[in-house]
Amino acid sequence: MEPNIATSIGPIQLDRPVMLASGILGISLDVFNRLYRSGAGAVVTKSLSTEPWEGYPNPTIFSVNGGGWINAVGLSNPGAENFAKMIEPNKDVPIIVSLVGSIPEDFEKMVKEFQNCKVTAYELNLSCPHVAKVGLEVGDDPELVKKIVSTVKNSTNVPVIAKVGLGTTHYLKTVGTAIDSGIDAITAINTVRAMAIDVETQRPILSNKYGGLSGTPIKPIALRCVYEISSKYDIPIIGCGGISTWEDAIEFFLAGASAIQLGSAIGDNWIDVFNEINNGISQYMKKKNYSKIEEMIGLAKKS
Amino acid sequence: MDLQRNHNHTTIVTIEKVIDETPTVRTLVFSDDVMSDVLPGQFAMVWIPGINELPMSVMISDESGKAAFTVRKHGESSTGLFNVKVGEKIGIRGPYGNSFDLKEGKLLLVGGGTGLVPMMRLLTHVRPTDDVTVLIGAKSKDEVFFEDLANRLLEKNAHQVIVSTDDGSYGEKGFVTDLVEKYVEQTKFDGVYVCGPEIMMYKTVQSAHSRGIFVQASLERMMKCGVGICGSCCVGEDLVCKDGTVFDGQHLSENKEFGKFHRNKAGILENY
Repeated sequence: MEPNIATSIGPIQLDRPVMLASGILGISLDVFNRLYRSGAGAVVTKSLSTEPWEGYPNPTIFSVNGGGWINAVGLSNPGAENFAKMIEPNKDVPIIVSLVGSIPEDFEKMVKEFQNCKVTAYELNLSCPHVAKVGLEVGDDPELVKKIVSTVKNSTNVPVIAKVGLGTTHYLKTVGTAIDSGIDAITAINTVRAMAIDVETQRPILSNKYGGLSGTPIKPIALRCVYEISSKYDIPIIGCGGISTWEDAIEFFLAGASAIQLGSAIGDNWIDVFNEINNGISQYMKKKNYSKIEEMIGLAKKS
Repeated sequence: MDLQRNHNHTTIVTIEKVIDETPTVRTLVFSDDVMSDVLPGQFAMVWIPGINELPMSVMISDESGKAAFTVRKHGESSTGLFNVKVGEKIGIRGPYGNSFDLKEGKLLLVGGGTGLVPMMRLLTHVRPTDDVTVLIGAKSKDEVFFEDLANRLLEKNAHQVIVSTDDGSYGEKGFVTDLVEKYVEQTKFDGVYVCGPEIMMYKTVQSAHSRGIFVQASLERMMKCGVGICGSCCVGEDLVCKDGTVFDGQHLSENKEFGKFHRNKAGILENY
């Protein structure tokens, strides 16, 4: 029997377990359709704010020698209202809308904008490491996390995911707070705050100086976080961070993730990477005699 | 050649020569084996330290092992590049993007402004048997450049280089797209290639494609990453950095945004 690579992340059902991570390629519905046709199980949008944001000037991305990228795009996005209008015609693609804001009211307002859209879930960005007053600065404040999660949960019946990262408050504490406030699932992790300096011109390369490190160098860190979260809490997890091969995806399932997200791998392998990983997962399941993804989630914790 | 170089990693080069092409257009020459050999239509992300980083088509140089950027001062970033002096350093990464499918026989190349850059590089790839027509569009006489260069690159070919200016101060008077219409009506070209302002490309693609003539355009969009991650350069479902910069007329005629919209820095669609 052909293995089934469909997966459930709590209340969220996806036909395929590999999603596009937030911040990547996400400003046109045509591109979303293309990604879906290319094997993505869902696409997570760029993090949307209440108003349009231009982001930082270039350079906004830097390729690290030895692997990985550091980016400080600065959460550029057309704003929730414009974006909701753009995705309103969507019928086919499971779209997870990423939201970023500073106060509960920002999130409440944005959720209302999407009333007429087919939204699979909301993902709250509590972990962007390079923009002031949002992202990690919010995620690091447990009181604020509590208020934002409960506000969004009270504003919608659509499942709500919190994306956590490595800030000054331990991410396990942030996860605990989000769970206590009613979150449906956790995405772990975001990029890791980092920088690059050019030795010839002797200045930071990114216009924002600091950015977030993504790609293969952070995969072992992300994997450790997923393992720790799934060891401590009973909450569906989406693994994210440096995943570029099917073996990486399986590692995350074994650590306790129900699905995965990727972004940087697209910069290296373009969008063929979705089906490459889907096929690899399928082959592995056949070899190991699994009929469902569920059967392997968290298996690495048994030893 | 530095084959081991990670082309995504920024390489610092020193500007060795600055050529004033027009009062607002300059060519900055530097030594770099990788960039000297790029394909027509490919681009580099160019870092002007402390100012910005922008996508630039890679210009040819007379000297081997060298390449150049030809820039028109326009906004803050392009003016920053325009003002780089001999001896100053810039960063480059790439090359990125695809290239033209160069047909054999009767060729028509159409360029407007710095859109002539990939056309000049394309001219270095034509075969001696090709019969080449180059149309150069400019606003006025003092904005005309690369006419002599095009003639020089085509020395061994049957060729003509025709300039049109919007105000008629040099060459033929009118828009270059009117010339395109005239030429594709007269001649069954084997390939038409265009780079310049989007409306110019749109009309050129229409003129050729509607007559069943193979046509390709090299598109320009605001870019941040250049590597298919940020999504800033999307045109409909296409990403200019990864799927382009060169697209076929057939494909472009099915794209809902080409010639009509571009996206601003926040990703909001704006009309051309």
